[in-house]
Amino acid sequence: MLLSLFKILVFPGLIFLAVYALLCEYIDRKVYARLQNRMGPPWYQPLADFLKLLGKETIIPADANRSMFQILPVISLSSVAAAFIYVPVLGASAVYSFEGDLIVVLYLLTIPTMCEFLGGWYSRSVYSTIGSVRTLTQMFAYEVPLFMALLAPALIAKTWSVTGMTSFYSEHPLYVLFNIPAFLTALIAVQGKLERAPFDSPEAETEIVSGALVEYSGKLLALFRMSMDCELVVMASLISAIFLPFMTGIVILDFILYFAKTLAVLLVLTLMRAAMARLRVDQMVNFCWRLLTPAAIVQIILDLVIRGWLVI
Amino acid sequence: MSKKRRNRIELPIGPQHPSLKEPATFWITLEGEKVVNAVIGVGYNHRGLEKACESRNYIQNLYLIERVCGICSHTHSTAFCQGIEELAGITIPRRAAYIRVIVAELERLHSHLLWLGVAAHEIGFDTMFMYTWRDREKVLDILAEVCGNRVNYGINTIGGVRRDVDEEMLGNMSNVADELENQIKYYLDLALTETTLSARLAGVGKLSREDALRFGVVGPVARSAGIADDIRVKEPYAAYSEIPVNPVTDTNADVLGRTVVRIKEMLESLNIIRFCIKNLPDGDIAVKAPLRIPAGEVISRTEAPRGENIHYIRSNGTDMPDRVRVRAPSEANWRGVKHMLEGGYLADVPITIAAIDPCYSCTDRAIVIDSGSGTEVMDWQRLRQYSIDWYKKQGINVSDVKIPERKYY
Repeated sequence: MLLSLFKILVFPGLIFLAVYALLCEYIDRKVYARLQNRMGPPWYQPLADFLKLLGKETIIPADANRSMFQILPVISLSSVAAAFIYVPVLGASAVYSFEGDLIVVLYLLTIPTMCEFLGGWYSRSVYSTIGSVRTLTQMFAYEVPLFMALLAPALIAKTWSVTGMTSFYSEHPLYVLFNIPAFLTALIAVQGKLERAPFDSPEAETEIVSGALVEYSGKLLALFRMSMDCELVVMASLISAIFLPFMTGIVILDFILYFAKTLAVLLVLTLMRAAMARLRVDQMVNFCWRLLTPAAIVQIILDLVIRGWLVI
Repeated sequence: MSKKRRNRIELPIGPQHPSLKEPATFWITLEGEKVVNAVIGVGYNHRGLEKACESRNYIQNLYLIERVCGICSHTHSTAFCQGIEELAGITIPRRAAYIRVIVAELERLHSHLLWLGVAAHEIGFDTMFMYTWRDREKVLDILAEVCGNRVNYGINTIGGVRRDVDEEMLGNMSNVADELENQIKYYLDLALTETTLSARLAGVGKLSREDALRFGVVGPVARSAGIADDIRVKEPYAAYSEIPVNPVTDTNADVLGRTVVRIKEMLESLNIIRFCIKNLPDGDIAVKAPLRIPAGEVISRTEAPRGENIHYIRSNGTDMPDRVRVRAPSEANWRGVKHMLEGGYLADVPITIAAIDPCYSCTDRAIVIDSGSGTEVMDWQRLRQYSIDWYKKQGINVSDVKIPERKYY
């Protein structure tokens, strides 16, 4: 009982997730700054930002729905933390796993986006309304290719559990090569999910200030930002668990390998953010449906064929 | 119709907004993401500079005119000085004219690099923003070395320039020109080949050649629509008559065209600076000018980074001007913005506005709109009919006077 609580709340659960999320935000910002020929923030900047926001006054707009406005950041953070429990960190197995937890993880990871949408919607501001509509529009564009890309490897592994997939692929590392199209699709779609350039039109600061979260401040904003950082870590962990499931079998080495893999994913995401301009939301939707979704469909067909071969 | 109206959102951008560095209001009416109507409100920054000029002498006015614009301060003081020099009948030394050209082109470089950064930021490409502003620092350093200041250079005086350049400065200048050339070529390549950039810039904020002429836009906005309109070529001032200048035009007539025109203009500026360094004549840098300027009026034009800049000065023979009128280029370019915005996307509003490189404080005038006391706005046809009717009452029939078609060029 106590051990389970420790696993869920401290390691590799909530506390570890929060600390690693802040570290990832620092690395993201620092690398982004160095790519732009800037100095970048010191290592404690994300933590300082978080603490500063916690100490600030929380303003709730008069027109907003108070209870919804306050509860949404908490739901957002808790669903991300819940999703992290089913993602392998130490070695090939997650804290808990059951057949079909991949679907649950994807479902839980949709909740933060919905929370952001609802938060913007309940803020009753014209900027946040436009931002939240864009958030939702974008969700319909990236969600399908992202889900298909993450589900395709499951066809070969013949399991719907993240842990199961990781252990299958770590035993048969060469099968990973079949999933490269899905890997690339997932990397691009994740950029849309995390609302980072070139898919950051929901929070385009030059038009709609900061989109859905424009009315959020203080503790509530701190929680929302923390949940976004955590989402980044969870997505990077999920991608590295499914597409880069290389294990040594030694716990410490695997743990170091986990950092290496997630940071590599993070660096690719940062590079994408630095190298491109922001696409309009209609261009983003076009791109996702015309290129990413067909790529994911091709991957699924490929995996089905390979699965047929494996049966023989 | 009423159902359609209900779907519309009115979005205020400004007077205080993160994307606006200066105050202005844009009331954008949206249907989904499409802009159906845009109302532009400028005038928050009116400073009464023209009126202030009338109560100061010409030397004091130099300092005032220099501060019309924060970015293109040199072009305003050049226009003002050469107007007064024309009234007073002074010819400035050739070396002074060349130094004016050098500073003007350095100013164009730093203004266009600044614009490129702002434009990149507006479309969420912060990496390019950081890069261009880093390169702009090199230009500012050279300007500080030549003039003593980074933005308000204060190098012009009536009758010439106040500071001379030496060999070391010229050497640094050509080094910086070489460094910048590589960078600017890289930006040109980026603008033409990077897919996300062209996706965001091409076809945005269209202003066709006909519309450009109709609204009377100037500078890179007009040149991107294929109108080869450059005062440096059409009416050479300072030393431009001796320097080869190729006006840059483009046929895209959109934001991409304006970007390409500005980037190519920077390369052209580098060539002009190199030519000036090579052919800088020896001699004095200024001649003595009288304090009292003979009575008369003059129109002086220069090519500012943002387009044609017009100064009108009327002198009454004292040491103070009777009237000064500054028509900054942004004042001409504002007219076309409403047309560019409507029918576009909300996401393209900031870049469309930024693409004319608006300068708010140079443009803002005190406008009195007196809607309460029966005044009305007449269009050209009604005004003409009104005058015909008015003369008919006096017993004069002018209705069959043929008015020649208005020709722009």
